[in-house]
Amino acid sequence: MLATAPHPVPSVRAIDVTAPVVRDEASAATISIKIATEHVSIMYGEKVAVRDVSLQVQARSILALIGPSGSGKSTFLRCFNRMNDLIPGASVQGAVCLEGENVMDPEVSVVELRRRVGMVFQRPNPFPMSIFENVAYGPRRRGMNDRRKLEELVETSLKRAALWDEVKDDLRRKSGLALSGGQQQRLCIARVLATDPEVILMDEPASALDPVSTLRIEELMRELRQAYTIVIVTHNMQQAARVSDVTAFFTMAEDRAGYLVEVGPTGRIFTRPTERLTEDYISGRFG
Amino acid sequence: MVHLATPDRRASLRARPGFRERIDLPRRVVFVAAASMIGVVVLLLAFIAWQGLQLFLKDGIPITQIFSAEWQPDRMSGTVNFGLLPFIAGTIFVTVVALVISTPLSVGLALFLSEVAPQWAKAIVQPALEIFVGIPSVVWGWLGLTILVPFLSDTFQQGLVVSLPVLGEVFRAPGFRTGFSWLAGSLVLSIMILPTVTSVSYDAFRAVPQELRTGSLALGTTRWQAIRHILVPAALPGVLTAVVLGMTRAAGEALAVQMVIGSSPVFPRAITQPLSTLTSQITLEMGNTVFGEPWQDALWTMSLVLLVISITSVVLVRVINSRRIAL
Amino acid sequence: MSAGAPSIDRQAGPGRPSLHGKSSRGSMLADRVATAVLWGTGAFVLLLLGAIIVHFAMAAWGVVSPSFVLSDPSDSDLGGIFPLLWNSIYMLALTLMVSVPVGILGGIYMSEYAGDNAVTSAIRFAEEAISSVPSIVVGMFGLILFVDELHMGFTALGGALALTMFNLPLMTRLAEQALRAVPQDERSASLALGATKWQTIRHVVLPLAIPGLVTGVILTAGRVFGEAAVLLFTAGIGTPTHLNFGNLDITNPASPWSPFRPATTLSVYIYKLQSEGLGAYRNQIVDGSAALLIALVLIFNLGARFLGRVLTRRLTAA
Repeated sequence: MLATAPHPVPSVRAIDVTAPVVRDEASAATISIKIATEHVSIMYGEKVAVRDVSLQVQARSILALIGPSGSGKSTFLRCFNRMNDLIPGASVQGAVCLEGENVMDPEVSVVELRRRVGMVFQRPNPFPMSIFENVAYGPRRRGMNDRRKLEELVETSLKRAALWDEVKDDLRRKSGLALSGGQQQRLCIARVLATDPEVILMDEPASALDPVSTLRIEELMRELRQAYTIVIVTHNMQQAARVSDVTAFFTMAEDRAGYLVEVGPTGRIFTRPTERLTEDYISGRFG
Repeated sequence: MVHLATPDRRASLRARPGFRERIDLPRRVVFVAAASMIGVVVLLLAFIAWQGLQLFLKDGIPITQIFSAEWQPDRMSGTVNFGLLPFIAGTIFVTVVALVISTPLSVGLALFLSEVAPQWAKAIVQPALEIFVGIPSVVWGWLGLTILVPFLSDTFQQGLVVSLPVLGEVFRAPGFRTGFSWLAGSLVLSIMILPTVTSVSYDAFRAVPQELRTGSLALGTTRWQAIRHILVPAALPGVLTAVVLGMTRAAGEALAVQMVIGSSPVFPRAITQPLSTLTSQITLEMGNTVFGEPWQDALWTMSLVLLVISITSVVLVRVINSRRIAL
Repeated sequence: MSAGAPSIDRQAGPGRPSLHGKSSRGSMLADRVATAVLWGTGAFVLLLLGAIIVHFAMAAWGVVSPSFVLSDPSDSDLGGIFPLLWNSIYMLALTLMVSVPVGILGGIYMSEYAGDNAVTSAIRFAEEAISSVPSIVVGMFGLILFVDELHMGFTALGGALALTMFNLPLMTRLAEQALRAVPQDERSASLALGATKWQTIRHVVLPLAIPGLVTGVILTAGRVFGEAAVLLFTAGIGTPTHLNFGNLDITNPASPWSPFRPATTLSVYIYKLQSEGLGAYRNQIVDGSAALLIALVLIFNLGARFLGRVLTRRLTAA
């Protein structure tokens, strides 16, 4: 998996999603690959931010991206739902396949993509609207106007995000901004859930929160894993160790371009990493 | 755990964009709204240029004539001569004196607001400036007419003498006859452009990085030394922009000026005497002339001159600002 | 100082000025004087504004009354200014009806869509150019375009359209600033939820920009209200007549509701009165009208601040 040398990007091809993949040890259940990246490089103008990353994410699992600041984890995460499109001068090479479809294809509808691949940001960013309107925002934009259906959807989404009990009494009266930081972040998760995604990207979702709120978010992620594929960027290695199934370690090359050092089951990465760089980072000798 | 109803297969991501997406109507509409300003400018230039050139094209007046000093537009009173020099000179002179009065005051005020004033003082002075901006020009003209003009004629009947200690007498002008004068116009304008020059200079001072100030103060300079030697040089292009913008406003102001300068279509001789400007002459005579006659065509030529002045100043501001980035 | 001090002593001593010393007296004095002068500029502006307000308050005393505001002008006594005030309000409404939507839409383009290209810089240039064109020239442009070419004559509509052109750059810029002030996070959040760009603008960016937009509209309105030079040659400068509000036929030039009639506004009326200069009550009427205009400017300004603040609080608070 170590791929530091830049080499020509091969022709894009779909990954065979029908082939069942057996998870390494524990379960023998068949699972499929949800997302695969192939030789993804991301440039900001002339500068290479991420170089040649290929990895696969299994459905209904949590992948954690760890590594020092500037190693391109967040940038890489943002190419899954093409949020990099919004940055002037950013360009992506290679393929990112969601169930075999390359999302980088210019014909792909980014709107449809972002409905299927939701995102939770580092800083909780609820809209300055009521809690209800925050959660109903996505569905409304897809034309759902039926009051009963919306109410139902808002309720299930808030329940899944473990926020319902705390806010059910003033859904419409209270602004999303009036909640505590941890509640705001769970509201943002509920907001994503309401759009019914398959994949949820989380960009350091707990870095702005207190320890208690952080633990709640982690618990929530473990639960959501049963239905969703989650990719999380985190600076907190304990967090990666606690919640993720698979961990990918990124670092920076000499030219400050981020690259993938290794990826593997979280247990193995934290106990027996193959690469020296990974070991140094995990044991705190680097970064 | 709530049961999750995530369907396994979904619509392809590559679903062909619908008619709506392909047309992207909102984008087109907002573009047209923004681009309409280009249309306005093109139309404005075309119409004013066309009308402004009629004096030469249709009436056969040689272009050199407009640079003569004699304004004799009325056929009834003899040979016509369309010398615009008195008005061009009047506009320039009134504007320059207004800037001479207003710039130190405005820049001082900008420095006060950005460097000296405590929060409470800013909270009073800034809204006051906004109210200044809002006072209509006819009200300024009326104040000039009823307060400034009588004051000038009463106070400086014998002549206007400025003398400084050491240097002695530095300036002398004959006394006001009526008070309607170049100086009255410049004074009214200097107050009218004060908010513009102040706010643009203020932005320029605010844009100077804090480190430059602290850097100077840490070397043991006084605040005034930091302002003089660091802040003002660093903000100079911005202050220059402010002065050009003030100049544009002053040269283009019509009614307030017309009300106090006495509208005498002669080459300005002294600051205490009446004169006329491009804008005031247009204001005064447009209604008394007939469309298509050379007299009115000459007024259109004046408006073309004004348009050229204002477009030039926009270009000038751009040049100054591009220099600022280069520095 | 200790006895064993080295010969090169960088500590305080007889050779070095004390912190309270007077060696830099010159620069300290300059600093004091400069500070005083700068305070003086601030005081000057406040005193001037105060004097103007007091002057008009005194001049308006005994002139401005409900009957002055609400009755028609008169040849024989003080009379009132109602038709002029009505025309000012009417023109303002007509102008804002065009310039607010167009300005906000243009602001949306400049803030959300405009790329770094030649078209954008052409629009910016146009914006700056119109802002710097003298209002009297805009008035002449209105005269040639609306009054002559389109054979509209002097009408409220022509005046309002000329005012719109004049104010469009300001409205567009204020709208752009208000929209740009909306944090990028809000846009990202909406886009990440799969909202389209337009849905994001419509449902997130615009609502958040409302306080700024309202302030912008009010500031533009204040400028429109006082403008006279643009209107001299477009909306006409005439003698106001009694307004018959019962006449609702907007195509009839006699109806006060009609945009197809000449409409002398309060600002234009002040100019007209001072230039014609007759009538025993001229000065009182102009003073009263000017006081009214200044009062309205104050109201507009305070209103913009107040409304902006209230709306911001409404949007962001619990």
